[in-house]
Amino acid sequence: MAMLPPRLLFIALFALWLAGCDSGADRAVTVEFWAMGQEGEQVRALLPEFERRHPDLRVRVQQIPWSAAHEKLLTAHAGDAMPDVFQLGNTWIPEFVALRAIEPLDERLRGWPAAALSDYFPGILATNRLAGRTYALPWYVDTRLFFYRGDLLAAAGFPEPPTSWDGWLRAMAALKAKGDGTRYAILLPIDEWQLPVILALQRGATLLRDRDQYGNFRDPRFREAFTFYLNLFAQGLAPPVGNTQMANLYRDFASGAFALYISGPWNIGEFGRRLPAAAQPHWNTAPLPEFTHSPSPLAPGKELGARAVGVSLAGGASLALSRTSPRREAAWKLLEFLAEPEQQARFYQLTGDLPARQSAWNDPALTGNRHAQAFREQLQHLRATPPIPEWERIASRIAYYAELAVRQQLNVDEALAALDRDVDRILEKRRWLLSRGLTP
Amino acid sequence: MNRLLQRVLPALLVYGLLMLGTVLALAPLLWMLAASLMPPGEATGTPPRVWPSAVTFEHYAALFTRLDLGRYLLNSTLLAGAVTAISLFVNSMAGYAFAKFRFRYRDRLFRTLLAAMVIPAQVAMLPLFLLLKQFGLINTYWGVVIPGMASIFGIFLIRQYLLAIPDSLLDAARMDGAGEFRIYWALVLPLCRPILVTLAIFTFMGAWNDFMWPLIVLTDGSMYTLPVALANLLGEHVQDTELMMAGSVLTVLPVLLLFVALQKYYIAGIMLGGMKG
Amino acid sequence: MTGQDRHAARSAWVFLTPALLLIAVFFFLPVLAALLLSFTDFDIYALGDLDRLRFVGLRNYLDLLQSPLFWTALGNTFYFVAVGGPLSVAVSLGAALLVNAPLTRCPGFFRAAFFLPVVTTLVAVAVVWRYLYHPRFGLLNYGLGLLGIDPIDWLGDPAWAMPAIILMAVWKNFGFNMIIFIAGLQNIPTQLYEAARIDGASGWRQFRHITLPLLGPTFLFVALMTMIGYFQVFAEPYVMTQGGPANRTLSVVLLMYEEGFRWWNMGYASAAAFVLFLLILAGTALQLRLRRGDSE
Repeated sequence: MAMLPPRLLFIALFALWLAGCDSGADRAVTVEFWAMGQEGEQVRALLPEFERRHPDLRVRVQQIPWSAAHEKLLTAHAGDAMPDVFQLGNTWIPEFVALRAIEPLDERLRGWPAAALSDYFPGILATNRLAGRTYALPWYVDTRLFFYRGDLLAAAGFPEPPTSWDGWLRAMAALKAKGDGTRYAILLPIDEWQLPVILALQRGATLLRDRDQYGNFRDPRFREAFTFYLNLFAQGLAPPVGNTQMANLYRDFASGAFALYISGPWNIGEFGRRLPAAAQPHWNTAPLPEFTHSPSPLAPGKELGARAVGVSLAGGASLALSRTSPRREAAWKLLEFLAEPEQQARFYQLTGDLPARQSAWNDPALTGNRHAQAFREQLQHLRATPPIPEWERIASRIAYYAELAVRQQLNVDEALAALDRDVDRILEKRRWLLSRGLTP
Repeated sequence: MNRLLQRVLPALLVYGLLMLGTVLALAPLLWMLAASLMPPGEATGTPPRVWPSAVTFEHYAALFTRLDLGRYLLNSTLLAGAVTAISLFVNSMAGYAFAKFRFRYRDRLFRTLLAAMVIPAQVAMLPLFLLLKQFGLINTYWGVVIPGMASIFGIFLIRQYLLAIPDSLLDAARMDGAGEFRIYWALVLPLCRPILVTLAIFTFMGAWNDFMWPLIVLTDGSMYTLPVALANLLGEHVQDTELMMAGSVLTVLPVLLLFVALQKYYIAGIMLGGMKG
Repeated sequence: MTGQDRHAARSAWVFLTPALLLIAVFFFLPVLAALLLSFTDFDIYALGDLDRLRFVGLRNYLDLLQSPLFWTALGNTFYFVAVGGPLSVAVSLGAALLVNAPLTRCPGFFRAAFFLPVVTTLVAVAVVWRYLYHPRFGLLNYGLGLLGIDPIDWLGDPAWAMPAIILMAVWKNFGFNMIIFIAGLQNIPTQLYEAARIDGASGWRQFRHITLPLLGPTFLFVALMTMIGYFQVFAEPYVMTQGGPANRTLSVVLLMYEEGFRWWNMGYASAAAFVLFLLILAGTALQLRLRRGDSE
């Protein structure tokens, strides 16, 4: 081969490169779709069916790592480079609504049968609605509940997982007493905000007050729940370690270093894969216990046999249309396709992500998964976090102060006062907007 | 005996330390290469393997076929190439003007520029993003290239080099009636050749290795540069150690080769920049 | 002014214009804008609708100074500069002395070997080091294990994460300063050493009384550049730890990136950038003054 002079070679490459940008520009409309993490990889398997049904449409999936997803979406919006359809955490929806980045779906949903929308878990669908409008459709759901070692609980005298705070405390005390001092009852990563918030919601606390304009963390109900949470560490029931320090979560769970763990659906798959075969029959999932005033494990007035379930968080990911997309019609077709119960069930088989539509749960793959059943129950008992754009930042402050309080660098009242102060500062802009009659 | 010891001991010490340093400096790179050739899972065995049991190129194949690394390689090459070509031109003109012309405010201007080198680039980054958004340059290759098109350091380096070149050469050309641009293009640039090569390597490597700015400006995955694509890959394939190592090798290799080929110029450039600073 | 001078000045400005224009528009203008931005509350509301932008005076700066997270980031950055900077300079000087030692044959080889980490892509080698640091599979812990040292969770343990980042940064950077030191060493006239040897001065005394003083300007330059660069640490923690564990590796620039591009608090993030700038400026002035005091 004759050698090209470097300069020519460079120009030739440049031309090729520029040409490469336009390749594939045939007649078909290409829908740009951003999805995160493993969803971004697995969803490709669903698309041939979509493209078969819509020969004039093509889908280009871009996979974004979860760790960079939020800023990628924000920069894309700021730079007018949004994809047509995108996945987003359902707690981000208020933020992207405030940015006017999301196209409301109400018009388009009018064409749906009424049953289709009520097929979604109501608590999850609610997080996709803001001021009476629907901005996104839930894709898969996520909530937190117990992962527990049935054998260890039974050995400690509790054949069934606890259903009330009191029963929970007694079970943990028994588990701790059974251990030889090195074992703990429960593992709660101290750098997460979820559990303190769940406990507070169970206790009936409202996290913010006055139209979500101020922090409400010194409220007695939040304080009580927060104290309960801190006591788990103070009494030695939970080890004070963070997420990054638990390199051996699965090994420790298998060895019985702790018997309870509060986590989300992704761990069904992880536990199935990573726990040794000997530990497999002994673990299961259960809904969270309920807050009770009375010391009895069953709340008064509850009929015997009906299980008390405490609320948990309405988490998960949704799919939204970009407001600036010129291909919203095509994008909507993709959204509808991914919302079909059959596709939801297939997506579950691909990823282990729990379907947002209840009818998809009748799929044999799901009914046959004993670890998923508790999630189905828990998903009927959900609370959403405050639907405001500032929520993610507030949550990171809760995690920050909860960790400081667990490490006893601050006491309960100092931590909650500091939290209220930070949150009030974060919400200052919201107050200003509301005071001027603007919708944030 | 004692005398011998006195002569051998220092040599032993110096070479011992040098060898130790060499091993420490190169070990991570060599392990990266070795791990990239291991079969899946081997790099995370216990005890850790230092050498592949069987050499495999499957990770490189996967990078190019499944993960489109060729595209990122091309993006990086052309972006770094474009930044280099444009900035060489722009900086050499400015450096020439500062070195060989006398005009009002010259010294004050030059001092201002030098002082501005203390300002961290990150200060400008946020508004620069908004500015490029106004120009519609977010998520374009130009958005990556533009901030690198002129650099104060480059101007400084060229000026330092040209100060050592006698004015008489240029004056002779002027006597012959050559135009200013012709003098710059046909006389000054060839004279500057060594420093231009140095600056070219600096700029190319800087642009190639740059991470934060392309990360912010490029949203479309097919436009990613290698480092951005690699960080992206890490988010999804953190367990696939061998694959990640292959990606790292491919990211590092071009600049390493460039350095090995042109190290003389590169090191001369650092010395010039370092001595006269 | 003669006509020739005027002509020369005009040519000069023609040559200067492209560079000055680019630097003015894409550097000075944004820096100025950042200063203005730091007095506003530019956030996602403002991004959605510019009417929702407010001028807030110095509030961002006051908020910063009251934010424990900012102090954490500042503390971490100082840790990185104060430990990593001197360590890096010391290693560079040591390497330069070794490579430049009269005993050393083929210094070019060692120089290149020590320099190789400098030209590598930071993101790529950070990925490599993440694996080297792995608590169970990492080569580093394996090596320590052979010496009978218990495994360390380098990037997961709050106490070890910053030392781990510093170690990697020093490995990556020391070659650059080494080259500058070698240049400085070669500028020292050999006659000085010969004279000292005749006087019977030991190696250490030669180093103390000839090498170090004559290396002064080089030293200052290296120390300054290292400090300025280390204050801006970003990519190492971004790729290796994301600022964790427990915010122990959160640097000021990483905080700025998070606030600016993750939460889109551009006003607040710009204020953080300016505080960093002021710190670098103060650090530079301090070093210059110290050296000046030294040499007097």
